[in-house]
Amino acid sequence: MFNKNLKNILLVIFATLILSACSTAKKSGNIDGDVYTGKETVKYLASGVPDRVFFATNKSSLTTASRATLRKQANFLRKNKNLNVTIEGHADERGTREYNLALGERRANAARDYLMTYGISGKRISVISYGKEKPVNPASTPLAWSQNRRSVTVKVN
Amino acid sequence: MNKIFYIFLFNILFISKSLALIEIDITRGNLDPLPIAISPLHVDIKSENFDGVKVKNLGENISKIIEDNFRSTGLFNPLKKDAFVQKPDIAHLKPRFEDWRLIKAQALVTGKLLVKDEKLKVEFRLWDLAAAKEMTALAFTTTPSNWRRVAHIISDKIYERLTGEEGYFDTRIIYVAESGPKNQRIKKLAIMDQDGANTKYLTLGNELVLTPRFNPTNQMVTYMSYFRNMPRVYLLDIETGTQEVVGNFPGMTFAPRFSPNGKKIVMSFAKDGNSDIYTMDLDTRVVERITDHSSIDTSPSFSPDGKFIAFNSDRSGLQQIYVMRSDGSGVKRITFGNGIYGTPVWSPRGDLIAFTKMRKGRFYIGVMRTDGSGERLLTENYYQEAPSWSPNGRVLVFYRETKAGSQGEGFSAKLWSIDITGYNERRLKTESDASDPSWSSLLSK
Repeated sequence: MFNKNLKNILLVIFATLILSACSTAKKSGNIDGDVYTGKETVKYLASGVPDRVFFATNKSSLTTASRATLRKQANFLRKNKNLNVTIEGHADERGTREYNLALGERRANAARDYLMTYGISGKRISVISYGKEKPVNPASTPLAWSQNRRSVTVKVN
Repeated sequence: MNKIFYIFLFNILFISKSLALIEIDITRGNLDPLPIAISPLHVDIKSENFDGVKVKNLGENISKIIEDNFRSTGLFNPLKKDAFVQKPDIAHLKPRFEDWRLIKAQALVTGKLLVKDEKLKVEFRLWDLAAAKEMTALAFTTTPSNWRRVAHIISDKIYERLTGEEGYFDTRIIYVAESGPKNQRIKKLAIMDQDGANTKYLTLGNELVLTPRFNPTNQMVTYMSYFRNMPRVYLLDIETGTQEVVGNFPGMTFAPRFSPNGKKIVMSFAKDGNSDIYTMDLDTRVVERITDHSSIDTSPSFSPDGKFIAFNSDRSGLQQIYVMRSDGSGVKRITFGNGIYGTPVWSPRGDLIAFTKMRKGRFYIGVMRTDGSGERLLTENYYQEAPSWSPNGRVLVFYRETKAGSQGEGFSAKLWSIDITGYNERRLKTESDASDPSWSSLLSK
């Protein structure tokens, strides 16, 4: 048991080392690791409040930049108490359709959960996943895929 | 839809149950297809006109469909008709075997038809030319507007007699018809005969629809729709057009498939960022939760005996294929190869699971045994997924997308089929772009 745990811990450390190595190595242009960091496709809920955050391939974890964006959204929602939103979850086209539907749902909920930890009621936030069905950038390039792996917060009223 | 789908078999004449001398081995890729002569069916001069059917050309049109069906299998080589040596009516009575052998035919199909009193009477015979014997014969009556189905049923009978396997020509394919630019796709449910004829659209394209699947026992379909922006699994009767939401789930349901007896739907339900597998009994409406895991569990598919469910899950990190008992117990991972595995679909014969594999930016359709051993990749491409089995478990249909340019130009989605031997890859004719195909059972069963 202990051995197994130790092994897992070592594996995690090892994986983290590799991942951090990758992310420094691959930092180029508007993609960090394979998370989009640019602003080309971003819209704004209000001045200085970006509407979307981006994800790594097959992942739904929030990056430091994503958390900063979502804190701005939470702040905005706190000031606009009557406003409700839908968070749309999306995936890139390089996966199977059904898995991507689930992945989009997971990403939208990652964003929703973060808003809720900043005091926004879950009742104000609905989620919908579109999987790979609604790409914002229709190109078949790593840049387009990184722009499409996103969750977008949309005002509903 | 055409409600007169019944075919009235009034006379089955197995005149000679001779030992079959011609036999086709379809367990391996056939590089030497069997030369077969398909004589136009003789049209009886007493035939009457029938609205919407070109009776005079009916014999030729039926034989053309049979010919196309056989060519599409890759197992047969239908010979050119201009080399045919006997008139259809005479050949049908008794072929001069030695003459047909001269054009290198090994099998011959003959037939005749009569349209009278608003009925189409057809009879055909299959001849073994080497043995100079009749192999099978069949006669039946139906409504003349069913003439295409007559051609498919004849094709199935001949295929069965020559290969020893059930045919798959009298079947339909339901799929998603796509149009419009890549980032504003319009998607409609569509259905067609397996040869691409008789395309009908079942939805108007107002809402996004995905992943239609046939009930293996009847003409019901389950699919996913974004009707009113609520992504849910629906049940659709394609004969009546009536449809309903499956279950009352407080969130997205997706990836539906029928159980082999058609009485249950298995699907995923996503809630709070987690997707698990559920079933709903269509008679009792009882919903059961089958998996309970914090990972994404989706793309479930029953084994044909109903005892097991294959699905894909990312519980080990990336998508892999798992098999469990249909109550959710005994979950076992079966894919350990290099790459990501998804969309397991159990063969109707029960012996294989078809799947999509992703590796180093390429997509593969493959088959493996149900314990994950014996993996064979059948086709590699830029993007392809979602295999669906022909009812005899010999052919897979799937969809393939092309790489798009910077504005989405050059993007297309098409249906393709491939034999489980890995041979005979071909594109299916569709009126528009197409994805998410599902193959029906034999209609005449």
